[in-house]
Amino acid sequence: MGLLRISSPHTQRGGRRTSWVMQMVILATVPGIIAQTWLFGWGVLINLAIAGLTALACEAAILSIRRRAVAFFLKDYSALLTAVLLAIALPPSVPWWVTVTAVGVGIIFGKQLYGGLGNNPFNPAMVGYAMALVSFPVPMTQWLGAGSLVAANEILSFSQSIDAIFSGLPAIDSYTMATPLDGFKHKDTLDSQAAFASIPALQAASINSWLWVNLAYLAGGIGLLWLRIITWHTPVALLATLFALAGVFHLFDMNHAATPWFHLTTGAAMFGAFFIATDPVSSCTSNKGKLIYGAGIGLLIYIIRTWGGYPDGVAFGVLLMNFSAPLIDYYTQPRTYGHKKAKTGLKIGEDN
Amino acid sequence: MKASAEMATNDTLAEGTANEAAEEAEEAKITTNYAEIIYNGIWKNNPALVQLLGLCPMLAVTSTVVNSLGLGLATLIVLVGSNIAVSLIRNYVADAVRLPAFVMIIASFTTCIELIMQAYTYELYQILGIFIPLIVTNCAILGRADAFASRNPVLPSAIDGFMMGIGFGIILVALGAMRELIGQGTLFADMHLLFGEAAVNWKWVVFEDYPNVLFAILPPGAFIGLGLIIAFKNYLDEQEKKRIAAEKAKAGPSESKRVRVTS
Repeated sequence: MGLLRISSPHTQRGGRRTSWVMQMVILATVPGIIAQTWLFGWGVLINLAIAGLTALACEAAILSIRRRAVAFFLKDYSALLTAVLLAIALPPSVPWWVTVTAVGVGIIFGKQLYGGLGNNPFNPAMVGYAMALVSFPVPMTQWLGAGSLVAANEILSFSQSIDAIFSGLPAIDSYTMATPLDGFKHKDTLDSQAAFASIPALQAASINSWLWVNLAYLAGGIGLLWLRIITWHTPVALLATLFALAGVFHLFDMNHAATPWFHLTTGAAMFGAFFIATDPVSSCTSNKGKLIYGAGIGLLIYIIRTWGGYPDGVAFGVLLMNFSAPLIDYYTQPRTYGHKKAKTGLKIGEDN
Repeated sequence: MKASAEMATNDTLAEGTANEAAEEAEEAKITTNYAEIIYNGIWKNNPALVQLLGLCPMLAVTSTVVNSLGLGLATLIVLVGSNIAVSLIRNYVADAVRLPAFVMIIASFTTCIELIMQAYTYELYQILGIFIPLIVTNCAILGRADAFASRNPVLPSAIDGFMMGIGFGIILVALGAMRELIGQGTLFADMHLLFGEAAVNWKWVVFEDYPNVLFAILPPGAFIGLGLIIAFKNYLDEQEKKRIAAEKAKAGPSESKRVRVTS
């Protein structure tokens, strides 16, 4: 996507097509998808298939209503990328209609109604996710337990996953368990040590499974950095802020605040930092802006995780910072060549 | 300041008495176009879709049909009453104090509605809560009082108020139906709150075994729903414009030969 080239196209390498960028981002999620499938069963892959089909169908339908070239826009893989990111974020056993609704809302309301790729002020995947989370809190917060932990002591087989997604597995409760973040949030009056000793979601196996997922997304994200599809600013600012905040609060209150390591390796920390927050359309463009934007998301994630109503806060953090991205961009414009100072915002009485 | 205000009042009063006869004559001359008033209220100048007035209660309470209908009816009655009353006193209220006077009138009618609802539909009154007293601040009502009723005789004002109220109510009910259908999969649930025991069975379960979509019931759903309705209205208007243009083109070539047609 040309959006990372902020100015002067003649000084940049050409040949980066939107579809190539989107394909690379999709490929970069593969390690994470493999880790999730290995740990949580086939549900992830089934969700990916449902989400992909829904996204392409919605995109094609709206494009044809808007009288745009359907094949041309479908071939840029952006709808597919939205679907992939959304399907990864959804719990593996979520009923099919939740996936379809979330992807439909994301593509239609989050992207196409604003004018399609490049015009959406919000990250479409997170619009769909937030809408589903607000609408269907019960299925959206039932996460499957990692294989070695659940009652039946095995992950759902392929046919069981299909059953769970399309007709609802009656015994699904024996396969689901709280995620570490959820478990930590609901430790109530227990102090950290007791919580880590007694709550099943906070046992080593559960935490390690999330560590693996996060490491896999970290690897994918580093791949994106290496390909120069994203810059380091947003993810580093996000993770550093999350780390610093968690560190400060942990130092002040060892008994009740989780360690920074816990915050960085559970939930959607890495996935959000490298794949969600770096969306070129809805995030900031200037480097300074990206730092502020990433730091804002990190701050919001910590606030929502610690004091908010939901176990994880990546979706809402990203959406809230998407609101402020244009303002941040406005005040962090880089210095233009030939000018002594950068333009910073509106000056009353000056020629802008 | 006070003196000048008084002078202004006196001026307008004097003007009022002097011009009254002329105005009456003028009013008699102009035959009021009732069809246009009706069209304006329901479609062209719809308070909810075009003027975008009264959005606060509209977005807040339209989560079900019965809530929307309750608020729509209450607003309709206040609107008709205030338009009639304002029109009756329009020649006797000084310009400088007209707005406070109008607000007093609207507030009185709102209080009446509130008391009536307390007496007959107490549960619905409790559900609608603060939004019943807030009808006073509904700009659509004050807007009609100032823009129409204070300049027109009683009958057109009453019709205008009625039609504006109907236009507002239709959109309220449409939005309520949309949100109830998407949010709970039912229509006309709890209608007995408004129509008494006879309406207990009016509830129509459209989708059996429906998972509630909280998003549609919460305020964001109202914003998106209203946006979709406005978009649909604009689409219909656009079609109408195209149709008229096509008819004009068919009726005959325009006088100018140098017509350029782009697109």
